Amino acid sequence: MKVSYDWLNEYLDLDVEPRDLAEKIARTSVDINDVYSLSDGLKKLVVGEVETCEPHPDSDHLHVCSVNVGEEEPLQIVCGAPNVAAGQKVIVALNGARIANNQKIKRGKIRGVESNGMLCALQEIGFSDRIAPKAYEDGIYILPDDAKPGESVFSYLGMDDTIIDTDVTPNRGDMLSIYGNVNDIAAFYNLKPHFKEVAVEENDDQATADLINAEISDKKIAPTYKLRVIKGVKIEDSPLWLQIRLWNSGIRPINNVVDVTNYVLLKYGQPLHSYDYDKLPSHDISVRHARADEKFVTLDDEEQTLNANDIVVVSGDQPVALAGTMGGQATAVSENTTSVALEAAIFDSVMVRKQARRLDLHSESSMRFERGINPATVETALNEAAQLISQLAGGTVTKGIVTGSEKPAESKDIELSLTKINHVLGTNLKMEDVTSVFDQLAFPNKLTSNDTVLVTVPARRWDISLPADLYEEVARIYGYDNLPESLPVMTRNHGGLSPRQRFIRATRHDFEGMGLNQAISYSLTTVDKAKQFQIDPVAEPMKLDFPMSSDHVATRMSIISGLLIDIAYNVARNVNNVALYEEGRVFIPRGGERPEEQEHVAGAITGQLLNNSWHITDQPVDFFQVKGMVERYLHNMGIAGKIEYVADHSREEMHPGRTANILIDGELVGFVGQVHPQTAKEYKVPETYVFELNLEQLMKAKKIENEYTPISKFPTITRDIALLVDTNVTNEEIVDLIKKRGGAFLKDVHLFDVYSGAHLSSGKKSLAYTLTYQDTNATLTEDQVNQAFDKVTKHLQEQLNAEIR
Amino acid sequence: MGLKERLAELREEGLQEIRESEDLKKINQVRVKMLGKKGPITNVLRGMRDLSAEERPKVGQFANKVRDELTAAIESKRAELEQAAMNAELEAETVDVTLPGTPVAQGEPHVIQQIIDQVVDLFVSMGYEVAVGDEVEQEVYNFEKLNLPKDHPARDMQDTFYVTPSVLMRTQTSPMQARMLEKHDFSQGPLKMISPGKVYRRDTDDATHSHQFNQIEGMVVGKHITMADLKGTLKVIAQSLFGDKLDVRLRPSYFPFTEPSVEADITCFNCMGKGCSICKHTGWIEVLGAGMVHPNVLRMSGVDPEKFGGFAFGLGPDRFAMLKYGVTDIRNFYQNDVRFLTQFDRKG
Repeated sequence: MKVSYDWLNEYLDLDVEPRDLAEKIARTSVDINDVYSLSDGLKKLVVGEVETCEPHPDSDHLHVCSVNVGEEEPLQIVCGAPNVAAGQKVIVALNGARIANNQKIKRGKIRGVESNGMLCALQEIGFSDRIAPKAYEDGIYILPDDAKPGESVFSYLGMDDTIIDTDVTPNRGDMLSIYGNVNDIAAFYNLKPHFKEVAVEENDDQATADLINAEISDKKIAPTYKLRVIKGVKIEDSPLWLQIRLWNSGIRPINNVVDVTNYVLLKYGQPLHSYDYDKLPSHDISVRHARADEKFVTLDDEEQTLNANDIVVVSGDQPVALAGTMGGQATAVSENTTSVALEAAIFDSVMVRKQARRLDLHSESSMRFERGINPATVETALNEAAQLISQLAGGTVTKGIVTGSEKPAESKDIELSLTKINHVLGTNLKMEDVTSVFDQLAFPNKLTSNDTVLVTVPARRWDISLPADLYEEVARIYGYDNLPESLPVMTRNHGGLSPRQRFIRATRHDFEGMGLNQAISYSLTTVDKAKQFQIDPVAEPMKLDFPMSSDHVATRMSIISGLLIDIAYNVARNVNNVALYEEGRVFIPRGGERPEEQEHVAGAITGQLLNNSWHITDQPVDFFQVKGMVERYLHNMGIAGKIEYVADHSREEMHPGRTANILIDGELVGFVGQVHPQTAKEYKVPETYVFELNLEQLMKAKKIENEYTPISKFPTITRDIALLVDTNVTNEEIVDLIKKRGGAFLKDVHLFDVYSGAHLSSGKKSLAYTLTYQDTNATLTEDQVNQAFDKVTKHLQEQLNAEIR
Repeated sequence: MGLKERLAELREEGLQEIRESEDLKKINQVRVKMLGKKGPITNVLRGMRDLSAEERPKVGQFANKVRDELTAAIESKRAELEQAAMNAELEAETVDVTLPGTPVAQGEPHVIQQIIDQVVDLFVSMGYEVAVGDEVEQEVYNFEKLNLPKDHPARDMQDTFYVTPSVLMRTQTSPMQARMLEKHDFSQGPLKMISPGKVYRRDTDDATHSHQFNQIEGMVVGKHITMADLKGTLKVIAQSLFGDKLDVRLRPSYFPFTEPSVEADITCFNCMGKGCSICKHTGWIEVLGAGMVHPNVLRMSGVDPEKFGGFAFGLGPDRFAMLKYGVTDIRNFYQNDVRFLTQFDRKG
């Protein structure tokens, strides 16, 4: 809420600078968005009196004016405004003035005629279109006749007032009024406010009840509903003081009746609505839910299509307002209005909120209904508005208020324990510290024992209903700065990371150690991307009900697709060596209310792991480099089961000849390979290698016991063997066979060469292995090794048709 | 010429040749020539059998002396030449030590992860447990059990991605408050937990908004937990993350699940409170929200608010990282530009 410092000062004797006040509000009540004056950044803007106004000799719309600015000689100023005329008091930007947008005014010639300044519209001195009166939309602003030439315009226009723009939290609806602000400031500065209510004078003999009737059958919609009627009004502009209050509060002045309702709204936080009495189709007023597809034209000339959740004020059965949100075009107060029906009500906050949200019609009124209304000032506000309208628009107020419903203004009694207050806040307050806070807040209170006090919370603080709410009042008025600082006492629970959390951390550190940078991508993606690269594919991802963007509609079922988006982002910016990993959730629907959330880790590498340097060049990443990372990782994690890499040709997004499923004891836990060139093209990435592993399965998998194996002191003997085999024979088959037939002393089989090419006949490849033999208890003899080696050789020849080279 | 004279002559010859040897090959030749089995000294010694028994030991002694002298001279020359050869070799191996070293592949943790790990480690050291929740959450836990009933206006503060009316992408890590309160066995002592994770809001991505970001929730509930404990804890976070000279101040705020609720500001670490553009000239930076756990939240999770109470706080690692490193566009965190990712892992 834009709170005027001047207005506060009407009711409080503030002995504090506006900025200090704002700081105190921020520390004690609600947050502050901004503190400013409309005059900030402006200078040399004075009142001028147009003495003469002649058409410009060389223009069909410009005027040459002689303007008295309080100096000996009047200034000659060329003005293009259509409404400029002799005798007006106007806003003059003198030579050297600063106007809106930090623009500087200099003397100069306009079409050959000297001009020593500028006559200004309100917009030109910084008023936004939202607050500048419409009457001056197309021209300069005319100041009141009593303005004195040469004086600064700021005080005439209220621009020297300081505005404290507060950011009111949803609970503090009471701070959306001057009344609420005055009460809170009075509390924290311990001041006595002299808030003035204006009493109504019913100066018409007619009874309001003879003119209008209100019957609220659904009291849920409008717990309080009251009407007054003011007859014989004359619609005009409001006096300047009232206009200033409104525009300083961010509301555009419209006419004396509407302005009064807005003024009272600001003062009490009580929205009011004025109807043109004579345009009401019936004088039986009620409220009801709208009917499905009922049409209604609002004040802003928009036709709204309503639904059954909306709420309307009806005259007869015809809607005349969206209750609490916006009035109707047909019954709006216009310049011809002579009688006004004035409504002060409380509408259901939830219904108003939903209506305002659905129709996107948030207003000063709807905002206040949403945050709650003080039931104690509904009638006060209605009376004050009627009185002001009668004063400013010259009408008469009829006798009595018509009440359709009324929610009583109830205070709440809450008993507090001093011990408990100190226990919650960590303070050592005494009872008088606590009671003085409530005295400052003007909450009646009385001691009920040495340790307890009964606090009566007035209706104006409807946010308070529990002892905890009052602890907050004590804390903030006592001052958060005055709270001591401590740490929770040590306890016997020790905390720490769980095995699962440690496993995930180790996973991250491992891949970082291998040169992959951690990425964090979006979990929400397109349906197509969500489905790609799944380890164990399911049909459909979980989808959002009402997504915000077509790029983020479903939860991911793999991490790789997000990493490919990241790689594309890098490659598009000429970063061609990208090595990323990501650890995070994927979401696998299993038919339950919520999907299964699995922790996965995935990697994606394109280009080279390292940039070329002066002596190491051209080592593009390949299948085996990425597989090596996975192997090393699984080794580090101590997986006990049998790890297999099984060629897979079925994954649509993967290269059919360069992809392996990763199995632990026969169970699929992930895959590694090259992204299919077609998929890579769709993602706009070059040749890229990826892997993804399901950490849930890895965490569950049996781990190797960490036990020391003594190192044998007996020597090892090695034998090399080179085999020529058909290309479809795999390394795994050969190694498995060697291990199976290698005998008890075979300790290791190490592949050291693979060759297929010009020197071999087609369909053949050569693999070379070093076999290492060792007896842990004795020195092996050559004979023992030869025997074992010959046996392996024979089996390789017989079973794999291998030719020993 | 007598044998002795011959030996003396050979000695001079040998020493001369040794002196003149320029490389190891030459010195080796000298050794073979002078001291070998077919060499002149051996030859001279062979002539000793013609000598008298008297002379024989004298000449023999002298011969041995000559041989030893020459051997020593050869060894010394060899060592000298070897040293020279080694020096020449090392000279030839000289590298330009200003050439850059061979790069080492080393990845870096994401900057947000670094902040999360830092906060988590801090709280683990203070005896907190780490509780990680689901990202797809039940509406009941995300809102209802946090004292945000349906139609609560505060729900408008958080635009939500719903999946069904009862399931949503969690908008905050606070559901872990309710879940942990329900699970915790208070007979074993107070609940002290920290819960980091991803959260989601129905927002359009721009420089300051992201539909996905991170939060860290913290909560302590027990029999003797006060707001002063909250203030002290927040100060520990601020000082450990941003510097030990910083102060913390609390301002009133509103969260449905805490009462009293506060917003915590820390001294602007850029200007140390003097006022600058980062703190919008206030000297303070808003870093997190906190408060005392609302009695309704305790009650709804089956904890008696008359007996137990505590505090909760929530902070945003994304915002912390932006503040700490001067990142101005939150999208940087999720685009994963390698040039961005590799700027933050400085441990020193």
